Amino acid sequence: MTTIVGPRPIRKRHRHRADDVAGLGRVRAVAFVTPALFIISFFLLFPAIWTVYLGMTNYRLTGLAAAHTSFVGFENYSKALADPKFWSSLKLTVVFVVGSGIIGQSILGFALAWSVRRMAGWARTVLESVVLAAWVIPGSVHAFLWVALLDRRSGTLNSLLNSPGKAWLIDDPMTMIILFNIWVGTAFSMQLFSSALSAVPPSHLESARMAGASAWQQLRDVVLPTIRGHILTNTLMITLWTFNTFGPYLLTAGGPNDRTNILSVYIYKTAIPGGRLGVGAALSMLMLLINLAIALAYMRVGRRKA
Amino acid sequence: MQSILRRALRGVALVGAASLMLAACSNSGDGAEAGGKKSLTITANSIVGGKSSAGAEWIQNWVIPKFTEAQKAKGVDVEVKFEGQGVDDENYKTKVSLDLSSGKGSDIIELDGIWVGEFAEAGYSKPLNRVVGPDADSWGVWKQIPDAVQKAMSFKGERYGVPQGADGRVLYYNKKLFKQAGLPETWEPKSWDDILTAARALKKVNGVTPIQLNAGTAMGEATTMQGVLPMLAGTGQQLWSDGKWAGNTAGLRDVLNLYKTIYVDEKLGDATLQQETAGRDTSFAEFAQGKIGILLEGDYFWRSVINPAKGVGTAPMKDRDTAVGYVKIPAMAAGKGVNGQDYVSMSGGTGRVLNPNSKNPQLAWELLQFMNTPEAFESRAAGTLSISPRDDVNKKLLASDKMLSYVNMEVLPITAYRPGLAQYPQVSAALQQATLDVVTGKSVDEAVTTYTNALTDAVGDDHVVTN
Repeated sequence: MTTIVGPRPIRKRHRHRADDVAGLGRVRAVAFVTPALFIISFFLLFPAIWTVYLGMTNYRLTGLAAAHTSFVGFENYSKALADPKFWSSLKLTVVFVVGSGIIGQSILGFALAWSVRRMAGWARTVLESVVLAAWVIPGSVHAFLWVALLDRRSGTLNSLLNSPGKAWLIDDPMTMIILFNIWVGTAFSMQLFSSALSAVPPSHLESARMAGASAWQQLRDVVLPTIRGHILTNTLMITLWTFNTFGPYLLTAGGPNDRTNILSVYIYKTAIPGGRLGVGAALSMLMLLINLAIALAYMRVGRRKA
Repeated sequence: MQSILRRALRGVALVGAASLMLAACSNSGDGAEAGGKKSLTITANSIVGGKSSAGAEWIQNWVIPKFTEAQKAKGVDVEVKFEGQGVDDENYKTKVSLDLSSGKGSDIIELDGIWVGEFAEAGYSKPLNRVVGPDADSWGVWKQIPDAVQKAMSFKGERYGVPQGADGRVLYYNKKLFKQAGLPETWEPKSWDDILTAARALKKVNGVTPIQLNAGTAMGEATTMQGVLPMLAGTGQQLWSDGKWAGNTAGLRDVLNLYKTIYVDEKLGDATLQQETAGRDTSFAEFAQGKIGILLEGDYFWRSVINPAKGVGTAPMKDRDTAVGYVKIPAMAAGKGVNGQDYVSMSGGTGRVLNPNSKNPQLAWELLQFMNTPEAFESRAAGTLSISPRDDVNKKLLASDKMLSYVNMEVLPITAYRPGLAQYPQVSAALQQATLDVVTGKSVDEAVTTYTNALTDAVGDDHVVTN
């Protein structure tokens, strides 16, 4: 990487060779990054700023406010923060993230990775393929499979459990979308932990065993400290993904009676079918801030002992 | 070095060109034509093989070829495309308003009458005479369309679109189940109590849901139109009159108490079904399978859902004509309905508007007129018969279908329409929530309080009436 190639004869022909590392000079360097900057500002920066602006207007999809949009400052924010619907949605989101992401996907993923760590051959391949399949299948197909599984009249689950007429998605909607999301996302944690576990030096485990450590002690004192970085990365990514996921909408559409109205669904229902685009933009900003806070918190934890 | 620079510049140029192309793409509207060929598009919430399939087939197989042919005879080369959709009304509305808000969309768009106000206020839709010119007002066919039907596609006294038809709501009942329950096969309910009495009798038949009265938010507008509003009309209370909306009124409390009786107190209806995301389709399927005794629906249900004709109904019933009865919706008690009526109904109806962004508004207007000729209605009726907006056409065509004649002769004279105001959809959503609250076990008082708060938010304190 750091090998410096000796000056080639071709360079001598140029009188204005820049002194920087790349030898480009300011003008050419700017020329190089311009396309990237252009794309970033067009597709990332502009929409972000637009969302901030939109969040301060009363813009709607239809009606008078669509034609004559006016600036309302922070009214959307103050209204959203005073709206019990926002807080109940946030509460539901936290339950969903903790239940399906942090506890469900991480622990199940780790358990799977741990139990197959010494397994080899076809058994492992089969297990990994099954888990990965859930990760590979498109979201709309996930939803279809689960609707078929949980359907009240002809669902697979009801015929397996012999519980005809049980409306799983109406009676326990939150539990169902948590299980759904665990099923969808566990593959990622499993894969990440599998590679992390293979990086734990066998000699450490061997010495621990020689010192008479039980399996639990080995796990707690040798494995977990070694893969701490992986755990943090995994939890960060899963938290953010779960926080932003829209998949449950395909199962319950936020219902019944808003009992699965997690933030992403709440924003969608406010902005698109509800037509309140200004309020929706303000809510999106709030969600973005929460996302940032989560990411920063994890990064601080990660830096503390790294 | 020069080559690096050249490459860099080429990169910049490429990105520039790409963005220019993007811009160019987004500017080329639907009417862009090369070499004199004009193009038109039609959008409707119907699709071949799915929702309202017959309407989509008619557009594709009759309207488009015949219109193209007729134009060719006049020396105009036109290509008409149909963009069929097959989704919930709420999703369709979102799609169309997004199209129009970005200055695009089809030349002819099918809209539900209650959206006209919102679309007009947003500037997405303009009065016909402003899109087309005075020709739109002097169109001879207006004389054949009753005022009440025209109003469904009007806003503030101006016509925004051409109505596609007229409709009405009735109570459907399954005669076979009535027989099993020991009820007369020719049922004539005269009050809400008569309906409840029949439902109680049906409850004794095993595996049957006696009555399904649309409720909840998952069904959207169907809850308002086939649930709250006909019942509210039966109490004599109008949702909107003299500039005021009905808030906490005796009529609304009566309606919500009826819901409570049906779904909570006596469990005559399946409350869970009202919360399912595909609840309405399920109610159709269950009625067709003979599992629901009484269902309040529009004539749409008769012609497009349980219609046994091949490929027409989404939940066909082979014995529809013998097994399914229909009857006018009684008021709470005789004479208690709006205007002192004994029976009530609600009508809505969709229509077609012209896109003010159309590149070929005159040609689009010609197409719209073409879709409303008697020949067009006759061809449409060959798929499934429905009530047309034209009196002359109805006289000729409806005689062949007893149910539609019944709606045309008996129901339309007593029906009521929703207020064509921009706030209506928000009020409607609040009404849906009120029924959901009651059906899921909240008290009527609680539901009314939530409703009144949402109503005040939507229309303002001084536009709400309480009694």
